Parts: sequence; structure tokens; C-alpha cells
Amino acid sequence: MATATPSLAPVVQLKPPEPSVLKRAVRSLLKAKWPILALFILGAVVFMALFAAQIVPKDPNRQNLVERLFEPLHRDESGQIQYFLGTDGLGRDLWSRIIYGAQVSLAVGVMAVAVGGIMGTTLGIVAGYRGGWVDDFIMRLADIQLAFPFILLAIMVLVVLGPGVWNLVPVLGIGQWVTYARIARGQTISQREKEYVEAARSMGAGDLRVMLRAILPNVIAPLIVIASFNVASAILAEASLSFLGLGVPPTVPTWGGILNESRDQILAGKWWPAFFPGLAIMLTVLSLNILGDWLRDFLDPRLRGK
Amino acid sequence: MFVEGQGEHLAPLIWMRRFMGQYIVRRLLQSIIVIFGVTLLSFLTLHLAGDPTYFYVSERASEEEINETRIKLGFDKPLPVQYLNFLGNLARGDLGMSIRSRKPAIELVMERLPATLELTFFAMLISIVVAIPIGIIAATRRGTAADGGIMLMAMFGQSMPSFWLGIMLIIFVGLQLKWLPISGHVAVIQPFMDGNIAEGFGNIPDAIRFLIMPGVTIGLFSLSRNARLVRSSMLEVLSQDYVVTARSKGLRERVIIMRHAFRNALIPIVTMLGLEFGFLLSGVVVTETVFSWPGVGRLVTNAITQRDIPVVQASVVVFAVLFIIINLLVDIIYAQLDPRIRLR
Repeated sequence: MATATPSLAPVVQLKPPEPSVLKRAVRSLLKAKWPILALFILGAVVFMALFAAQIVPKDPNRQNLVERLFEPLHRDESGQIQYFLGTDGLGRDLWSRIIYGAQVSLAVGVMAVAVGGIMGTTLGIVAGYRGGWVDDFIMRLADIQLAFPFILLAIMVLVVLGPGVWNLVPVLGIGQWVTYARIARGQTISQREKEYVEAARSMGAGDLRVMLRAILPNVIAPLIVIASFNVASAILAEASLSFLGLGVPPTVPTWGGILNESRDQILAGKWWPAFFPGLAIMLTVLSLNILGDWLRDFLDPRLRGK
Repeated sequence: MFVEGQGEHLAPLIWMRRFMGQYIVRRLLQSIIVIFGVTLLSFLTLHLAGDPTYFYVSERASEEEINETRIKLGFDKPLPVQYLNFLGNLARGDLGMSIRSRKPAIELVMERLPATLELTFFAMLISIVVAIPIGIIAATRRGTAADGGIMLMAMFGQSMPSFWLGIMLIIFVGLQLKWLPISGHVAVIQPFMDGNIAEGFGNIPDAIRFLIMPGVTIGLFSLSRNARLVRSSMLEVLSQDYVVTARSKGLRERVIIMRHAFRNALIPIVTMLGLEFGFLLSGVVVTETVFSWPGVGRLVTNAITQRDIPVVQASVVVFAVLFIIINLLVDIIYAQLDPRIRLR
């Protein structure tokens, strides 16, 4: 590709070189304590999700009514810890279910952000680059969506379509596109008259090429920050919808789903089936929020050095 | 427009009036478009899965019954015609009959709306009344342990699934410590609507005991966000010239903070109020389920499990319209207070 169109690459590289971004990121991370901890927690959750099948101590769906509602750190006769986090109302190993739950929560969060991010960024760049009625139309759509709580529409759609990952992801994604679109549009408008865009255009680059190769790389930084916060909010939304029975079918363990199943044990004062999945959600979301905060401060030059 | 020397002093006033009128008209038009969009969306949603007739008949219904229902509900007509009918019915406050209880769906929603509004407003009250002082404390003691602690708590508050917090409150505060009731509701708005003012006021102390746990559950996220917002806008305001001036005049720190800084730091909070309401309203759905609160949220959850589509649809439309109206009111009041908004 580079040999076919050598014209554009040097234009983009005309910006002052920033070879030390990674180095600066690592240095800034090491200086701050919380983001390191957050990165560690997040790494553990990703590891759990990726290698769930290898690390679970028990089959997460195996029911055993004799061993139902065992407390955390339950020991068998030989004194060995049998159930690290106890068992749920059907005698299933809570720890194994939470490990598997990481898969769906992370996958749904990341995929929803991918859907919303791609959709919103595309529409935002097009709106900002084209202007005129295209811009008006896209922004009015955004206004309508912002004008009422989206979770209500999500409930409506999922009731009609039925629960399931492949209904959940687009719904959550569509719920997020507006944020990306607004920021991408604003950034595009501020970039589109710059010399490098002009240069690309004068070298014969088409609109699509200008948007993709020249504008996109220069508007993407704030969008990445938004994305990290939005993975967090998508995970929370998935948990809420699963809690309402609208998320993922109950055969697949998800953090929200496990919480939903624990509702029957609440009045009996059995705290662990509800406590641990919620704790998992909270730690994951907290880590994403802390990293998002750090990323924003790091990428926003106005805050740098403060 | 003005004759030289005559009435020129009135110019700014008239100018303001004219823009205020324009602003209100523009916001009204926007709101109408949005209500239109919301009804269109909730109408189309119903048709996402194909023929919606099947939501209205029992699973064992015969082919004949299904056809009958389809014609009765007008699902045999072309979509645009159906939408116009839907709008016509909506204008008359008719959103169909509940499949389970055979009552008008809108009636079921309206019956439960007061309880939901009580909870939403209480959550809003908590999220603002608590957030402001702790945000100020964090800002004025920037960098201290108090600031760090408050910000850490706020971070946690923004990362918790609200229904999980609700469940934990029930188990630990309600069941183990037995400090607060875990379910139940004392009506406040309903007696007022029935004209029993004395009963309404009399109920407030009792009602609050039931409101605290669900209110905190819904409000904690907003509380945390507001506390961070107050802190950062206070920090910004405290470095402004007029605060430096006030300080160099020798005013006491308390006066500087309350008189000069705080009022201006409130602006971002007020801006958020309308959106905040919508946010809290959507938190109501899960929280009411956790606390068995007799409001619209629990109605929706039950309707979801029973696939009672008209009730879900009616709740969504009522929530959306309510949200739009409240936002409109907040914006208009806000524009009255701060002329910069309407001139943007």
C-alpha cells in the first residue's frame, strides 16, 4: 500500500515526532499508584476471562443440591478448602461461575464499545467534515437520543427481541454512539482547515482517504479516553439488564446474572452469592474508571505537568 | 429600532425579552420533535420482531383468534397508518390494555407514578445535599487526606452497580443491624393529590425511613459524580481573579467560599439537574425491584417477565415524556437565571 501511494505518508509524519509516548506513558504510570493497581486488577480479570476453562476449579454449571449455600472458605472433612467463595442456591461453585462470568462481562463491554465507537466516530467525522444538512441531520438524531434515558429504550428493544448477547451488544453500542460522534465532530471541524488536510487534498486524496488517513489519526486520542469509560458503563449496563433478566440467557454465567439468581437468598441473609459477583463488577469498573482518568490526564496536554 | 435618545435605556431589557421568547419557542419545538421521535421509536420497536399480534394473544390461541386480534388491534393495516392510529390513541391517553390485568396500561402506570416520583426526588435530594458540602471540603482541603478519602469514596460510588449496593444495604443494614425497613412504602404525594394535606405532611417522617435505603441506592452514583463536579468547579473558581480580590480585601475564608466561590461553582450542578433526573429515573427500574417499591419500575420489571408489552411501552413513553418536560422546565428556569445560556 505504501508503495502504491507514497504521497500521503510523509504528510502525516510532518508532525513533530513523538517517539517517547510509550516511554512517557510508562513513566507517568509508575509515578501514579492507583493506575498501576487498576492495571493489575484489570490484567487479572482479562486473564480469568481468557483462561477460564483452564483455571476453574469446578464445573460452573454442575448443580449439587446437597452442597447448596455453603459458606465461603468451606472445608471438607480433610480440612481442605473445597469452595473458595462458597456455593449458590443450586450448589454450584461461586468462584468458578465468577471466573466464567468475566468472559461475558468483558466481551459484551468491549464489543458494545467497538460497535458504538465505530458508529459514532464514523458519523461524527462525516458530520464534521461534510457540514451542511448531513451535519444537521446527524446532530439532530444525536439530540433526540440524548433527550431521554436510553436504558428505557434498551429495555423495550430487549423485551421484544428477547435476551441474548447478539441483541445486547448492538443495543448497548447504539446507546453510546452519541458521545463519540459529538467529540469526533468537534475535533474534525477544528482539524479540517489545517494545512496537512489541505495538503492531502491537493495531492489528490479523496474524501474517504482524507477522513481515514489524515483526520482520524488526529482526532482519536480523546475518543480512546471516552472508550475506556464506556467499557465501564457498558459493563454496568449489562449487569443491570442481566439483573432484570434481559441480558444473557441464564445458562451462561454472567456477573449480573449470578446476582439476579442470588435474589432468592437475600432474605435468608445469605450474603455471599450476591456479594462476590457485585464485587467483581465493582473492581473491574473501578479499574477502568481509574485508568480512564489517568489516560485523560495523560493525553490532555492542558493537564500535563499539573 | 429606537428613536435616538428615547427609551434607549430599555433596549437591553426588550432585547432580553425577545431572546427569551425565542429561546422558549425553540426549546418547545425541540421537545415536540423529541417526543415525536420517542413515540416513533417505541412504536417501531414493537414491530422489530415481526408481527406484534403474538404479544397480545395467549400461546395456545387458535389461528382464528390470532387473526381476529390482529384485525381488532389494527396490526393488519400498513405501518404508517398504524403509527397514525398509535399517535391518535396516544393523544387520547390510550396506550392499549394490559394483557395480564385487562386494565388500561396507562392507568396502571399513572397509579404507580407518585411512588416513583417520591423515590426519584428523594434520591435527587440526597445526591445534591450531600455532594455539595463534601465537594467543598475536598476542594478547600485539596491534597490532604480528607480530599483523598472523599475522592476515593466517590470513585467507588461511581463504580458500583446500584442494585448490588441495594442488596448489600438490605442484608447488612436491614437484616443484620435492623436499622431500617427493607421494604414497604408510605405514600406522601398521593394524600396531597387527594386533598389530605395534613395526612400528606404527617406521613413524611415515616416515609423517610422507607426512602433512605432505596434513595441512597439510586442516588449514590449521582452523589459521587456531583461531589467530583463540585470539587473541580470549586477548584477552578477559587483560582479566579475575583476570589483573589476578595482574599486581598481581607474577607474571611468562610465568606469567600460561601459568597463568592460557591455560587459560581454551583452552575455546572444546575446544568446537570435535568439530565440527572432522567438518570435517576432509569436507576429506579432496578432499585424498585430490589426493595419491592410499589412504583412504575417494579411494574416494568413484572411486565418484562410476563411479556406484558403494552405496560412496558406505556411506562417507557410516560417516563420519556416526563423526562422531556422536566428537562424543558429546568432549561427555561436556568435560562432565566443565567442569560449566557440563551444567547449561545
